[in-house]
Parts: sequence; C-alpha cells; structure tokens
Amino acid sequence: MLKIDNLHVSIDDNEILKGLDLEIKAGEVHAIMGPNGSGKSTLAQVLAGRDAYEITAGTVDFQGEDLLDMEPEVRACEGVFLAFQYPVEIPGVSNTYFLKAALNAVRKHRGLQELDAMDFLKMVRERMKMVEMDESLLNRPVNEGFSGGEKKRNEIFHMSVLEPKLAVLDETDSGLDIDALRIVANGVNALRSPDRSFLVITHYQRLLDYIIPDFVHVLVDGRIVRSGGKELALELEERGYGWLEAEVAKSPVAANSVGA
Amino acid sequence: MDAAVAEVTNSYLAAFDTAGRSTSEPKSRPGLRREAMDRFAALGFPTKRHEDWRFTNVGPLGRSEYSLAVTPGKVTLEDLSLWIYPDMARAVFVDGHFVAELSDLEGLPEGVRVGGLAEALADGDTVAHEQLGRYASFDEQAFVALNTALFADGAFVSVPRRVVVERPIQLVFVTGPEAHRMCFPRNLIVAGEASQVTLIETYAGLGEDNFTCPVTELVADAGAVVDHYRLQQERTDATHIALQHYHCERDSNVSSHSLSFGGALVRNDVRAVLDGEGVECTLNGLYLTRGRQHVDNHMWVEHAKPNCNSYELYKGILEERSRAVFNGLIHVHHDAQKTDAKQTNRNLLLSADAMVHTNPQLVIHADDVKCTHGSTVGQLDADAVFYLRSRGISEEAAKSLLIYAFARDIVDRVRVEPVRKDLEEFLFSRLPKGEIVRQAV
Ligand SMILES: Nc1ncnc2c1ncn2[C@@H]1O[C@H](COP(=O)(O)OP(=O)(O)O)[C@@H](O)[C@H]1O
Ligand SMILES: [Mg+2]
Repeated sequence: MLKIDNLHVSIDDNEILKGLDLEIKAGEVHAIMGPNGSGKSTLAQVLAGRDAYEITAGTVDFQGEDLLDMEPEVRACEGVFLAFQYPVEIPGVSNTYFLKAALNAVRKHRGLQELDAMDFLKMVRERMKMVEMDESLLNRPVNEGFSGGEKKRNEIFHMSVLEPKLAVLDETDSGLDIDALRIVANGVNALRSPDRSFLVITHYQRLLDYIIPDFVHVLVDGRIVRSGGKELALELEERGYGWLEAEVAKSPVAANSVGA
Repeated sequence: MDAAVAEVTNSYLAAFDTAGRSTSEPKSRPGLRREAMDRFAALGFPTKRHEDWRFTNVGPLGRSEYSLAVTPGKVTLEDLSLWIYPDMARAVFVDGHFVAELSDLEGLPEGVRVGGLAEALADGDTVAHEQLGRYASFDEQAFVALNTALFADGAFVSVPRRVVVERPIQLVFVTGPEAHRMCFPRNLIVAGEASQVTLIETYAGLGEDNFTCPVTELVADAGAVVDHYRLQQERTDATHIALQHYHCERDSNVSSHSLSFGGALVRNDVRAVLDGEGVECTLNGLYLTRGRQHVDNHMWVEHAKPNCNSYELYKGILEERSRAVFNGLIHVHHDAQKTDAKQTNRNLLLSADAMVHTNPQLVIHADDVKCTHGSTVGQLDADAVFYLRSRGISEEAAKSLLIYAFARDIVDRVRVEPVRKDLEEFLFSRLPKGEIVRQAV
C-alpha cells in the first residue's frame, strides 16, 4: 500500500528526515514512536502533502502511484487521511458543512454519487456515536472552542466518515484521559479491515495497549533506528528512548542496521 | 490651496450660483446654504496633509469636470431591476432628485412620510424644517459643506411616534445614463419616539464616471428602533463621498450595516452620536474590493451620555491592487460612565498588491468604562487551507470556504432576508468556487 524509500526532508535548509524507509502493506497497523523533535509530525505532514517541507531525496509510492506528485486534496481523495496532532480551528465553517464538502469531493473522485442530505445525516450520526461525540459539535465551527479531547475525537470522526485506505494518526492519544483514549482506540479498531492500513504515531506506549500494532518503529533524529513487533513498544516503555539515542549518537549507520 | 484645487473649488462655487440659490432652506436655519458654501470656499478640498485624508486622495475629483445634475436623467424601472427589492416600499432618486413614477409608496402606515426632501420643505413639513441640517456639521467637513450648499433634493422619511413600519423601506439612489455628472443627495430620516423602521439605502449608477456626494442625517428619537442598510453597488468608475450621521436619543437602538462593493473611489464617513442614556448602537461593515478600487471608512462614535453600548465590526476582503482605509475613533465624553464600546476591524488580503491602512483609536475622558478596539490585517491562514485540502477539498474550494467564513458574521447580522440573500449570492459570485460554498452552507 505505502512504500517510503530513502526519504530526505528539509525545512529552511534544516534536514529533518534523513533517509527514511518504511513499507506498509494493506491491512497492517504500524506504529512509529520516538522522542519529541525526531521528525514524526514531519513525516505525517509530508505524507499528507504539506508544501512547507522540501523533499530533497527519496520516493513515496502509494498503491503504485507517486504520492509526492499529488496535491493534498488528491491524496485525500485517493485515500490518505491524516489525523492532525494539532487540529486546526476554522471559525465560520461548521463541522457539518466542512464534512459534507469533503465527503462529496472524495466520493466524486471515487466515482460515487454524492450523498443526499438525509443519507449524509444518517451516516454522520452513526459515525458520531462510534466516537461518542456530542451531536452539538456538528453545528459548531470546525474545532473552534473544542476541548483537546473533542478535537482528537473529531479527527477520528472525520476519518470514519471519509473511510480512507491509509490513515496516519499523529499523536492522536496525546492529552487524552484514559476514557477518551479508549474511545479513540475503539473508533480506530472499528475501522480496521484487511484493505485499510494505519500509521499510528505516538510518543507513549499506552495507546498501543488498545490499538495493537503489527509493527513498531522507532524514529530518532530523522531515521528509523529500530523496528520490531509490538513488544518493542514495551521495551521502550521500560527503558525510554535514551539508550537508542545514545546508540545513534555513537554510530548512526550501525544503529540503523540493528533494526529487525 | 494650490492653483489647480482653487480652480476646481471655483467651479463648485459657480455651480452654487446657478443651482443653489433657488432651492429652499430649513426655516430653522436661514442662510444655511450660503454659510455652507462660504465654509467650503474657505476649506477647499482636503489634501493628504489633512489627518483624516492622509490615505485617500481626492485629487481625481479635481481632474474631472463634473456638471451638476440639475434635473434627473432618463431612467426606467427596468434599468433598476438589478437593485430594487419588489416587496419593499420604495422611493427612487435619479441624480439626486425624487422620481415619483419610479417609486412605490403604497400601503405605508398612517402618518409615515416617505418621499422627496425638496417637496417636504416646499410644503412646510415641520419635522423637515426643524431637523434638517441640525446634525451634520460642516465646520471641518468640506464635502458636507458642499452637499449642504448644493443639494437639490434627497430622501425624507418621517415616522411618527409609536408607529411600527413592518415593511422595509428602500431608498434607491441611482445616477442616470449621462456621464460626468455630480449630485448631492440630502437625506433626512427621523424615527419618532418608540417607533420602528428598517431602511435600505441603495447606491447604484448607470452613467459613466459620476460623482455622488450624499449626506444622510438619521435621527432616532427616544426608544426608537432603526435598522439601516447601506448598499454601495455603483459602477466601478464612480466616485462616492458620503456622510451618515446617526443621532441617537435615549434608549434608542440603531443598527447600521454598510455593504460596500462598488465605486472606484469610495469614502464613507460614519458619525454616531449617542446622546441619551441606554442607547445601543451597532455598526457593521463589509467591503469587498478589487481592481484599483479604493474604499475608505471613517468612523466616529461619540459616547456623550452614560450607560450606552456601541459595537463596531468592519471587515474587508481585498483583491488585486485595491486599497482600503479604516479609521475608527471612539470618543467617550467626561460623564459617559459605564460606556461599553467595542470596535473591531479585520482585513483579509487576497493579493500581495492589495493594501490596507487601519487605525483604531480611543479617546476616553470617563473613568468607569469598558472600551476595546483591535484591528487585524492578514492573509488566508495557510494551516487552515492545508487542513481543508488534506480532507479532500480542492485548494480553490478551501479558499472559498475560508473567505466566506471570514465574511459570514456580517452576513448573519443582516436581518432583512432579501438583502441577506443578495449579499450571499454576491459573495458566491465573487468566490473562485462559490458553487461549492453555496452547497456547503
Ligand atoms: N515548520 C517548521 N519550521 C522549522 N522547524 C521545524 C518545523 N517543523 C518542524 N521543525 C523542526 O523539525 C524537527 C522535527 O519536528 P517534528 O516533525 O514536529 O517532530 P516530532 O513530531 O517528532 O516531535 C524539530 O526539530 C522541529 O523543531
Ligand atoms: Mg509531532
């Protein structure tokens, strides 16, 4: 589904991703963990098409096509979804208007008919239940005045309406209490399917108790320095990132090759 | 005064000699026109050296030869179809003159007078004679002086005490098909004690390169409720320099909505004087400019008495090489305690060549007040555009949604449905993907 090869990304001449490789097959759930500032959000934003980043080398293949060549909206229509670490507040645009416009654009691209108002509302209500979101949030401007938890749930809600092929969740767990975390995880798990893949970015192992990943990768200083199964997350929980960072500092190339 | 300006000033003095003298004056102010003309002669046109005209150059007025519109040009109802609201009572003014054949004033409540000011003065209407010229000072205002000296006619609306006018009244000011004409509509609107009225002042034009210089004095007597809309829909080669003066008595509630889309050079002076306790005054504005349009809104809100509220929200959307100026002064007098005054000006620049000068000011002489002001000038939020695009919405549609969202609170404040619909349609037509926004909202 997704194949990232030797990806180098800079911002303002500052190299942030320094040769990143990652392959995600259909139906798989991959987790990326790593210390703050290691480049996790950069990867997420680059996959979604943020143009503030400069891609200096590497390729990203999504379902056989060059992802980096697509406009952000085309990526979304093709099935890429990013749940933002910091969802943006959009005063004046109601959550429903926004979703209706987005869903219609996506459906049109996929050769489906636009949903009529009734069907749209029915679907939206159903998906809201899944993330236990209050219906009043539908008519409020997107994310405006939402609590941190409401914003994160809103992201998962959007995801469930847009039904992507590849969902990238950027620290969707950060700042959530345990109840909200469970709700978010349930929302994600409900969407798991053999033809849908997830890239779950998190700083903490906690989320991975609820969303069980097939693979865990550790990102340090712009490179994946270790990959493994879900037990790698537990090891990180116990030992922290320090030992991996130390290894990278000693010998960045060697550390990379230690990966599973 | 330099020579060129002096020459132009002289041509206006000549216009006064041909037109001004024959027209009547309010009985309460004998000699008003002469006084105004003398004042204009002394002031001359403002230049960039005047603090209030630093960013708006009225030089082009001096380069054009305008002839005073002594009679109305030929206009049919069909010509007006773009601008009139069929379900409203309507008074039409062509080149500043009331035209009864184009007006429809049937079914107004008893005692309500709507029509031409000249006629009201001629038949001795007491309200007209008492109120005209009482509020719009021309001491420092060259264009108000000019209007006072040269006006031939304009709208007169008088709503007696306790009368509620349910149907909105539209006042349509259109310049006729002739080119290079100037007119000075003079409007007096008096809402009596505890009355209620909704007015829509529309400015539009047919002829090339016209200059319209209206003055509207609006008086809200104690407890009156007035909803006043001003739609600037003139041709993009028109010059428009206007004053609206709101005089608000005790417990009155005055809302003003200035929706400005037309004109090449537009200057709107808005003065609101809150002259009794318990006044609530709301001033909303939206200006959309493109090409080389220049729109200047100068606001003065004067809190003269305690316990009054004023809320000002002006928003601008600028495209291409257009310019906007916003100057907002809130002046709280010494004994206007418990004033609650809020002023906001927000500007959205859609092009690197567009420019805004915004200058909110507070002058406060009372100590127990709540006053806030703020202004912003910015582009579309790149984070928001990306967020929308990342959900599948095209770049143009994302921008359209955000531009519409920016204007939205002004749209929502428009209480007259057909005006709001018109405004929405206009916005959709100006957005790159208006159709998508129309479907979404
Ligand atoms: N827009 C930006 N401008 C400058 N530096 C940035 C920008 N975005 C990220 N960075 C830098 O890139 C590095 C990686 O950031 P980020 O991808 O947000 O890390 P993470 O999500 O892993 O915490 C950090 O050092 C950060 O300061
Ligand atoms: Mg991050």
